This record gives sequence, structure tokens and C-alpha cells, in this order.
Amino acid sequence: MSSHTHDAHAEHGHDDHAGLSRGKIWQVFFILLGITVVEFIIALYMVPKGMFGANIANPMYIILTLAKAFYIVAFFMHLKFEKVALVYSMVVPILFIIGLILVLTNESHYWVSLR
Amino acid sequence: MSTTVSQIDKVKDGPWDGGHSPFKIEYGKLMMWFFLLSDAFTFSTLLISYGALRFSSPSWPAPDLVFQSVPLTSLTHGYPLVFVGIMTFILIMSSVTMVLAVEAGHRNSKKEVVWWMIATVIGGFMFLGCQALEWSHLHHEGFWWGSIPDAEHLKEFFKEGTPVNAEYTQQFANLFFTITGFHGFHVFSGVIINIVITLNVLFGTYERRGSYLMVEKVGLYWHFVDLVWVFVFTFFYLI
Repeated sequence: MSSHTHDAHAEHGHDDHAGLSRGKIWQVFFILLGITVVEFIIALYMVPKGMFGANIANPMYIILTLAKAFYIVAFFMHLKFEKVALVYSMVVPILFIIGLILVLTNESHYWVSLR
Repeated sequence: MSTTVSQIDKVKDGPWDGGHSPFKIEYGKLMMWFFLLSDAFTFSTLLISYGALRFSSPSWPAPDLVFQSVPLTSLTHGYPLVFVGIMTFILIMSSVTMVLAVEAGHRNSKKEVVWWMIATVIGGFMFLGCQALEWSHLHHEGFWWGSIPDAEHLKEFFKEGTPVNAEYTQQFANLFFTITGFHGFHVFSGVIINIVITLNVLFGTYERRGSYLMVEKVGLYWHFVDLVWVFVFTFFYLI
């Protein structure tokens, strides 16, 4: 029991585990809000006006979504400030997901011609 | 509990030698991370199968035409993304109140943790309410698992010039209710967990424990739910 409480204190003693400041939290919030607003401008204004088609808009949506995901995981979930070993334990398995995306998008092109 | 250690044991107390945790985080928090990773795989398989079925379909209902009303208002046609925009804002906002609760926990400020947790719970209920409205709206239009609007109304959901197809519309409906349903279930369980943690904070459980680490752990889960919504929003409503 005593060793447990000692651990909890050690956990909070470290500066890099102190968490985000309130200023940083709101900064990340406005970044997330800003990215969402940009997505809305693309979807509600730029695409209907014919500035560019879905072939350009869709990759832009995906890039903006990944940017939002980065800010949520890195700052709100605090992963950016964790040990490198933990960061890699979480990020590297995502490669399997990327693999599945590549396999199934490739596969779905064959399904079109089968239909 | 103090014991003297011989020199040969002393060598083995490095982070990767069975000493203190190499990840420098508490056990429960590490397990939460691994749970979230496995949950990320579950959501990925759902979203990737959605992508694969959609890419392989010659035509697909247009999101702008399916989701173009704001329930409970007179805006029934021609307002795509407005309602889901509100939902997205609510969820991002509740993620912010959650992280503010965690920040207050680091300062051991019980009162602030309680208020931010209550704000997070309210945000969760607001999101669930919006999703219930969205579901009932689509249900009234005829969409459900295994059912779609009749042929006459079906063409309203396809862009001009694309062939109207009942089979792909059915796939769309099934995937929409399955994926947003699974996400909504996560939000619902998140709200329940947040309520339990809020009560624990109120009763002073974490104050006695000396750390608000539990708030951080449920915070991780709550941010993950927000993270999944970011992807659901992009793939169902934008693309």
C-alpha cells in the first residue's frame, strides 16, 4: 500500500506529467473548431460554387480529419507528452488499420466490375 | 517495508528490467490505452467496410440530400450539415470540459472537477438527444435496418444523373444505423461512467486517495469517443 501511494506521488511529481494549461486547452479547442469551420466552408460554399470537385474536396476532408485526430490524441489525450515507448505502442499498431484500408479499397475496385 | 538488496539485484531495476514501469504511467491508465487501441480497431473495421462497400457501388445516396434538415425546426429541406454541425460542436465542447476537469484534478480542486464533469455529462446527454432526433427523423423518412423509403421517394436521395438503386441505399441505411448506433452506445456508456466518476468526486473518494487519476482515465475514454465521431462525421456527412 505504501509503495502504491508513493507511485501516485511520483506520477504527479513530474513536470512533463503536469497536464495541459487552461490556455493551451482553449488554444487546441479553437484549432479544432477552426478546422471544422474550414471543412464546412469547403462543403457548403466551395464545392457547390464549383471551385473544385469531390476528387479534390475528399482528400482535403481526410487530411483535415487526420489533423483533428492528431490534436485530440496528442493534446487532449496527452499522448504527445507520454513516454516514447507508449507513443509507439499506440501509433505503430495503427499501421494494421492502414494495411486494411489499402487492401479493401483495392479490393472494392474489383467488386465494381463484378457487379 | 524496507529490505536491503544485494548488488546483483540492484542491477535489475531499470525500466525494461522489471523495475518501475517503462511507460511511466499508472497501470489502469495503461490498460485504458490498450482498450482504446482495440476499440479503435473495432471502429476501423466498421468504417473501412463502409468505405469498401461505398467504393464498390456504382451509385450511392448523396449525404447532402439525406441529411438536409434540422429536426424540431422549420428547416426541412436544403440545410445539409447544419444539424450535424451542431452535434459536432457539442461533442468537441464536451471534450474541452472533460480536459478542463482533468486540469482541475491536477490542482486537486474538487469543486472545479465536479462542475466540469457535470458540464461534460450535460454535453453527452445533449449529443445523445440530437442523435435520437436524427435517428427518428430518418426513421420517419423510411430508413431503418432492413428498410428504405419506397421507390417514389427514393430518387430524392440521389443526385441528378446518378442511377437510383434500392440495394445500395439499403446498404447505406444498414451501415449508417450500425456505425452511428455503435458510436452512440459508446457515448451512452461514457455518460454513465462520467456520472459514476462525478458522484465519486462528490463523495470525496479521490480527495482521500490524493489523486484524481480516475478522472484522467475516463477522460481518455471520452476523448476517444470524440475522436471516433470526427471520423464518422467525415465519412458519412462530408464525403
